[in-house]
Amino acid sequence: MQDDLLKLGLDGLHRAWGGRMVPFAGYDMPVQYADGVLKEHLATRAGAGLFDVSHMGQVILRPKTSLAELCLAFESLVPADVLDLGVGRQRYGLFTDAKGGILDDLMFANRGDHLFVVVNAACKAADIAHMKAHLSAVAEVLPQDRALLALQGPGAEAILDTMAPGAAKLRFMDVAYLDWDGVELWVSRSGYTGEDGYEISLPQARAEAFARALVTAGAQPIGLGARDSLRLEAGLCLYGHDIDRTTSPIEAALSWAIPKSRRKGGEREGGFPGAERILREIELGPERLRVGLAPEGRAPMREGVELFQGSDPVGRITSGGFGPSVAAPIAMGYVPLALSKPGTRLEAELRGKRLPVTVTTLPFHPTTYKR
Amino acid sequence: MKFTEEHEWLRAEGDDVVVVGITAHAATQLGDVVFVELPEIETMVAAGDEAVVIESVKAASDILAPVDGEIIAVNTKLVDNPGLVNEDPLQAWFFKIRVDDLAVIDEFMDEDEYADLIG
Repeated sequence: MQDDLLKLGLDGLHRAWGGRMVPFAGYDMPVQYADGVLKEHLATRAGAGLFDVSHMGQVILRPKTSLAELCLAFESLVPADVLDLGVGRQRYGLFTDAKGGILDDLMFANRGDHLFVVVNAACKAADIAHMKAHLSAVAEVLPQDRALLALQGPGAEAILDTMAPGAAKLRFMDVAYLDWDGVELWVSRSGYTGEDGYEISLPQARAEAFARALVTAGAQPIGLGARDSLRLEAGLCLYGHDIDRTTSPIEAALSWAIPKSRRKGGEREGGFPGAERILREIELGPERLRVGLAPEGRAPMREGVELFQGSDPVGRITSGGFGPSVAAPIAMGYVPLALSKPGTRLEAELRGKRLPVTVTTLPFHPTTYKR
Repeated sequence: MKFTEEHEWLRAEGDDVVVVGITAHAATQLGDVVFVELPEIETMVAAGDEAVVIESVKAASDILAPVDGEIIAVNTKLVDNPGLVNEDPLQAWFFKIRVDDLAVIDEFMDEDEYADLIG
């Protein structure tokens, strides 16, 4: 037991719900509850799963003069279109470094008079320092100590709309302030499971009552284990595993997050860290690419497993395991561009044996976002 | 029934056969089992040899041969349905070992001693 682990605001509730607690990103987090990872995963895809993601960093960027000025400054850190993001809309973005690597992936939303940013737990101290260093001239960087809950799955809409009317009207990647029992919820229609659903930020003091009410309404608490298998089936990256400072957004198959306006010939071409490499890779193709991998047979292939073509080592698995909804092992990893075409057959070395794997399209399980 | 420190259960069968599975405690700790790789029949094993690879949703682990002997049977049902290990760990045997002398299992823990071990 580590003594220096941070406790979630809902720590007591997770224990009361039978959560098995493990260290993750410096926090003591529930990896699963009594049902276990498989059932929790399937319950999320069939109904509504409740995830406590309060370990993540929530930051308000409040402009000192104008939101447009802040948006442009934020574009100097993130290869995204921030300026044209509509009020009440959210986007996925990446903090890049000078070499074109990924410092973190994040969500940012335009909330009318400010930006609201959600970053990964393990990176949040560095991200906040990064934003303070580069944005302080144009904005106040204000970390928020609030709970963050994700409600995910086909049952999420009915549950949240009953408790906080207006939730059903939101489309994928909309954000809004909704009221539950006099509490202002900061709601976005998004998540990291591939399912329709919401992420809900609220004051720590009311989070337990809200979480209990969600469960009473039919949501099931879901641990980190199923969160990981759900995001893997959805083909989503886990920072520190599938993406990091050694991977560029283009290698990571995240070029969709970089709009035309920031690419070569765009209105606001480049102007973000690592632009030279990233724009070159968009044009000429990266040396390697993140792909889906379908192992043959039942043996899960996990992070670190080496990939071969013939006797040549060609890449490595960065995330892998068993996909409960596809009922088979699934993985993601990096391979040379020439070997990235779906259907390409490779081998993976597992316990000294070479086993066949096939490059496949992502996601493994279809997403159900309400666009 | 006897128990090892590696959370296996051992059951004597006939005059010279030891049946090996994992305890409910081990199955709970592992989480949902999704893959089982069994040893070849007629393999000679020594105590401590890796006999089975078992993967849960969380991680891979090994089941060790608890005693010296010859693998004479494996439970192929577990290959097709690894979840049986979680459903009923005491029924979900992995392999059977023929030993020279069944007395080798006397040294292992009995049920009370094992209960003390897992607290």
